[in-house]
Amino acid sequence: MRHFWILFKHELRMLLISPTTYLAGGLFLGLMGFMYWAILREMITTPQEELPTVQFFKSFWIPTFFVVPLLTMRSIAGERNLGTLDTLLTTPTSRIALVLGKFAGAYCFYLLLWLLTLGFPLIAESLLRESNDSNIFLSSAPLLGSFLFIAVSGALFIAIGIFTSSLTRSQLVAGMLSFTLLFLVIVGGQQLGSLSQGGVELPGWIHASVDYLQIFSHLDDFARGIIDTRPFFYYLSSGVLLLGLSTLVIEAKA
Amino acid sequence: MDQDISIRVKNLSRRFGAAWAIKNISFTVAKGEIVGFLGPNGAGKSTTMRILSGILTAQSGSAWIGGISIAGNPHEVKRRIGYMPENNPLPNDMRVVEYLRFRARLKEVPAAKVRAAVEEAMETCDLARTARRKIIGTLSKGFRQRVGIADALLGNPEVIIMDEPTIGLDPHQIQSIRELINRLRGRMTVILSSHILPEIERSCDRVVIINRGRVVAAGTHAALREEFLPGDRYCLRFSGEKARVLEALKAKGIESEVVRCESLGEALQELQLVANHARVEGPAIMNALSDASGICLHSLAPEVPNLEAIFLAATKRSWEETIEPQTTAATATAAAND
Repeated sequence: MRHFWILFKHELRMLLISPTTYLAGGLFLGLMGFMYWAILREMITTPQEELPTVQFFKSFWIPTFFVVPLLTMRSIAGERNLGTLDTLLTTPTSRIALVLGKFAGAYCFYLLLWLLTLGFPLIAESLLRESNDSNIFLSSAPLLGSFLFIAVSGALFIAIGIFTSSLTRSQLVAGMLSFTLLFLVIVGGQQLGSLSQGGVELPGWIHASVDYLQIFSHLDDFARGIIDTRPFFYYLSSGVLLLGLSTLVIEAKA
Repeated sequence: MDQDISIRVKNLSRRFGAAWAIKNISFTVAKGEIVGFLGPNGAGKSTTMRILSGILTAQSGSAWIGGISIAGNPHEVKRRIGYMPENNPLPNDMRVVEYLRFRARLKEVPAAKVRAAVEEAMETCDLARTARRKIIGTLSKGFRQRVGIADALLGNPEVIIMDEPTIGLDPHQIQSIRELINRLRGRMTVILSSHILPEIERSCDRVVIINRGRVVAAGTHAALREEFLPGDRYCLRFSGEKARVLEALKAKGIESEVVRCESLGEALQELQLVANHARVEGPAIMNALSDASGICLHSLAPEVPNLEAIFLAATKRSWEETIEPQTTAATATAAAND
């Protein structure tokens, strides 16, 4: 446990001094700010059924595709490429502590980036207070639900990034692998869902499994305040599995 | 297990794919000894060092550090070693002192002693005043090596393993690293590999030579010299005929072989001799040649084979030993086919 904290603090420090982190953060906040502005503009012209917060979080997948690879691709691949993974492995640190330290550092930064997006509704609220009588920007339930979804799904996404980073010594390859896996998990699940809704007859258990992978419907549920344990189990168990595989890969590729 | 043995390696083997990187390697290192690991490229030095430091696992065989099995209790072994890998990888964007403190914490140095341990390691490696707050990426190669050695020294481990600590350094830097290693003598057990043979000769108490994944020689310089290049050797310069020199020596009962003969001018020749059996003293040669007619001795110098000569002899012998059985087997197969 002591090694985990040392590595976690070190990882946060390395993320803070790395230019890639600021590039990822800048791109993320710029893009998300633009999207929030676009949602507000859309609200002015056409009446919307959903709150701007819910619409905003529905576009979570766009930044995930580039922020997660940028935050995680250097974590283990960079260490392996530089050779510092060897020096880490000659200390009494366990492989699990190493992987968890890397994961926790990237995950905390990912959450921090999303927390910073709270600034958008706060700015909108302060600027449009006079015309906004029903507290549509800072309505707490969708905000909390959506953040909970981001936190839980983020655990899986960051674990994907850490796993792909453990597979190779090239940061570029790790980033591309991470992007591909994220695409498969987010869009692939959605496509399977639309396949089953499009009249294709699937056996009951496959149908249930495909429903289980619908990340966007999980977000809808969370935003509406429905906290189901199944998505928790899906994201956390898959995340733990990938982190476990990462420790095995580090062990095998030493 | 013997209390004075710090490292014991027994029949260690490791394979990468179909090729054996090391096969049945065995050696021991006593406490406080500095041992040099020698071998051509791809001989298995780094593999052995990586197994000893717990990064790699062996396919078979055992190794103990301080009496603790590496395979049985790798965590405890890692508390007792300091390892500096080949090419000394370091994070380029950290400051020296920050990096060493991070490493000290990882090596389980008690929190209250981290600062003191880092100061001590930096002081030993002459980093405290010169490179303390510098960013590692901006350091020269020599200072980077010192940071790597300081890292290996953190926590006062029982055994220090250094893979090519002097690679790529200029002669001044090599000398300072050698002085640094000499300062560790008696305090810690040190294993280091190097391609620079004079380095090993000057720094190490003992040498282990590996070739093609096998230990081909191990011992002190004197013992290895006796084993691979036996006999007293002399280099003499004279004017006259070579045959007369050999005759004169034989007449006085000095049996010797010519290793090398070189003409240095019109009449001057240089001859390298090795005595065949008993010890031959220099004055005996001088007496034999001064009595002989037609020869004028200009100089006589005893020659002590350096580590390079021993290394070449040891690795050559191991090549011959491994090639000969294959050749014999191939010849036997060819004969059977005929």
